[in-house]
Amino acid sequence: MLDVTDLHAHYGRAHILQGVTLRAGEGEVLALLGRNGAGKSTTMKSIMGLLRPTSGAVRFRGEDIAGREPFEIARRGIGYVPEERRIFTELSVLENLEVGRMPAREGLAPWTAERVFALFPSLGAMRKRPGGRMSGGEQQMLTIGRTLMGNPRLILLDEPSEGLAPVIIERMAEAILALKREGLTVLLSEQNLHFARLVSDRACVLEKGAIRWEGRMEALMADEAARAQYLTV
Amino acid sequence: MENLLVQGLSGLATASSLFLVASGLTVIFGVTRIVNFAHGSLYMLGAYLSWTLVTQLPRGHLGFWGGVALAALIVGVVGVLIEVLLLRRIYKAPELFQLLATFGVVLIVQDVALLIWGPQDLLGPRAPGLRGATMVLGVRFPLYELFLIAVGPVVLALLWLLFNRTRWGTLVRAATADREMVGALGVNQRALFTTVFFLGSVLAGLGGALQIPRESVNLQMDLVVIVEAFVVVVVGGLGSLPGAFLAALLIGELQAFGILIFPRITLVLAFLVMAVVLVIRPHGLLGRAPSTAHAAAAPEPPYLPASPWRRWAGLGLLLLAVIVPPFLGDYALIVFTEIAIMMLFAASLHFIMGPGGMASFGHAAYFGFGAYGAALLVRHFAAPMELGLLAAPFMAGLGGLVFGFFCVRLSGVYAAMLTLAFAQIAWSTAFQWVEMTGGDNGILGVWPSAWAQSKLVFYYLSLALCVGAVMLLRRAIFAPFGYALRAGRDSPLRAEAIGMDGFRIRWFAFILAAVAAGIAGGLFAYSKGSVFPTYMSISRSVDGLLMVLLGGVKTVSGPIAGALAYTWLHEQLMRAFDLWRLFLGIIILALVLFFPQGLAGALGRREGRS
Ligand SMILES: Nc1ncnc2c1ncn2[C@@H]1O[C@H](COP(=O)(O)OP(=O)(O)O)[C@@H](O)[C@H]1O
Ligand SMILES: [Mg+2]
Repeated sequence: MLDVTDLHAHYGRAHILQGVTLRAGEGEVLALLGRNGAGKSTTMKSIMGLLRPTSGAVRFRGEDIAGREPFEIARRGIGYVPEERRIFTELSVLENLEVGRMPAREGLAPWTAERVFALFPSLGAMRKRPGGRMSGGEQQMLTIGRTLMGNPRLILLDEPSEGLAPVIIERMAEAILALKREGLTVLLSEQNLHFARLVSDRACVLEKGAIRWEGRMEALMADEAARAQYLTV
Repeated sequence: MENLLVQGLSGLATASSLFLVASGLTVIFGVTRIVNFAHGSLYMLGAYLSWTLVTQLPRGHLGFWGGVALAALIVGVVGVLIEVLLLRRIYKAPELFQLLATFGVVLIVQDVALLIWGPQDLLGPRAPGLRGATMVLGVRFPLYELFLIAVGPVVLALLWLLFNRTRWGTLVRAATADREMVGALGVNQRALFTTVFFLGSVLAGLGGALQIPRESVNLQMDLVVIVEAFVVVVVGGLGSLPGAFLAALLIGELQAFGILIFPRITLVLAFLVMAVVLVIRPHGLLGRAPSTAHAAAAPEPPYLPASPWRRWAGLGLLLLAVIVPPFLGDYALIVFTEIAIMMLFAASLHFIMGPGGMASFGHAAYFGFGAYGAALLVRHFAAPMELGLLAAPFMAGLGGLVFGFFCVRLSGVYAAMLTLAFAQIAWSTAFQWVEMTGGDNGILGVWPSAWAQSKLVFYYLSLALCVGAVMLLRRAIFAPFGYALRAGRDSPLRAEAIGMDGFRIRWFAFILAAVAAGIAGGLFAYSKGSVFPTYMSISRSVDGLLMVLLGGVKTVSGPIAGALAYTWLHEQLMRAFDLWRLFLGIIILALVLFFPQGLAGALGRREGRS
């Protein structure tokens, strides 16, 4: 599904991604772990085309999409849920969902606002509310719902648990598992290992812009040395 | 009483027309973040095109209304062409570059209109069915004006429906807030921008087309309208449609009643309102602070001391400027003097734009203050030149002190617009305070003292003062003060955190720049022997901007190169071609598209510096 090879990216002169290689198979939830500043968000932005990679390949369903514009990448079936959520604060919940809407995709049940509300019932109770007047958890649900409206095959989730209460995090995990059951592929960036562990099949660990550890989630949980080296603060 | 009612009603009609233009401008700005100077030109094109269509098409309802609608649509297509061919390439360029590019379009459209429709004012036919007048609350009022009064709210309502009840509108509102995110959700921003530009241009064209039964069509409409539209959009809050409507009402009524109450300061009123609004509400009546969270600005390259190559080039140039003039005729000496003065003017503007990071759209005000400071002394006290040249920077500095106090608190487009408002206030004062300034006739007889009467001596005097002042500005840039100024520009919070008073530093820089511009203005007054309000006009401010941007904001030598190139080019084009605006416009567009770093920046790349 997604196949990233030796990806390099810069912010100005700063060399942030220094050869990231990772792959996510169809229907898999892949955790992208790493400390703050490791380059998780940058990896996602580079895949999404929001930051132009300086070299390397991003293959999505066999096609190299590196260097394409974000809207073209989105139209090919990659959904992006940014860390900062970036809700349109002036727009209502329904309108936010409308912005994300794209035509149905072959082989996938098309997403509608009603389906989003079924996944996140609390959103259904505030259809007309402006995005700016929602709690952090509600905004996080809305930003995921908005991306789902584009009927993605792969969804890039950047730290969805950040700043959320434990109950909400649990809800979030359930939602991700529900998406996985639908056959969606998920690349999940996280610092919260306990959350990542609830939903992920495999994990890649980033440090200083490169993948340092890769393997099954259970293996990472068993490998205390790797966790100490790359994850604990 | 009746008079008041008539004035109130015609204020409403004016407001409607203003709203049509301003709504297009504000919608375009909201999404593309481009301040489109050419919007007034689209309005003017709308007026000319509808004049042609309406006079050519068969008379009657279909001919008139069909002509108006067709004109608006053609203007829409012209807008799309501008967007696709020009603006699309420069969305990521600095704001001022975009402004410069759209100003290039203004120049081109002016000459194209001159070519097609000639210089004379054109009078349009009346609208069929709306020719006469009717009684409104006991007073006679023209039907067409009543129709216009209705147009504003109707257009506002239609736009509201479009933006709030259609998918397109939802996307546009989303893109206004965060266009990158909209792209990441699969929306082709480029196509969206083009459609927005189409809509905005149609509104401008419609605004112009609907004017033909009301006022004559002429080549000055573009700038008059764009300035008014800027005022409305800024007062309302950039990007806000209801804000634009409110502001259009305010300005329209103000103009209508202003004529009754303060006939002497009608021109100033709108700008006074804009200045007051911006001082009290820095983002306009209904505007919001722009979200800059997701704009990853590239770090500014530091200013480097001139390379040896550049030092030698500068010295060589100076040497030429000293040695050659004795062998030149009077005409060449006048041009040389003007170039020296413009170098100082451009360098002073660069000082606040480059190191200061503040866009000034009204720098001509301080140039004009200098000129009037000298000329008023001559006119009212028969002061000698030496005193006049001292008064010039003093007066300009005073202007900078007062205006700068307000301007440096704002940033970006709003700051630029406030400087524009102050410059227009200064200009209108010079224009309307006839007893003091002679108004449009200016102040004549501002001649140098006997010893400096010869063109050659005056040239050397100008050269010495201008080069001296430019060197002082340069010194300030590389002095600790200059570093502090740039620190405040690049990371205001950090600069404040280490105890710098950003406001004072910027204010002082503003005053310094005003003083330098004042010296230039004073010299200019004596070189021409006269002073006119046009010294403070928008077009002179734009000249300054062109020089700085042509030369490149990011280098210290930029404004020098820019002033040289621009003044020379302007002079040559004006002498060689009737259609000099057309050529100048094309050159500007070429520069914006191919040398976004400016001349000095392009040379720098040649030298292998970045
Ligand atoms: N807009 C930016 N400009 C410059 N540097 C940035 C920018 N965003 C992130 N960085 C830098 O890139 C590195 C990786 O950041 P990021 O990808 O956000 O890390 P993570 O998401 O893993 O916390 C950090 O060192 C950060 O300082
Ligand atoms: Mg991050």
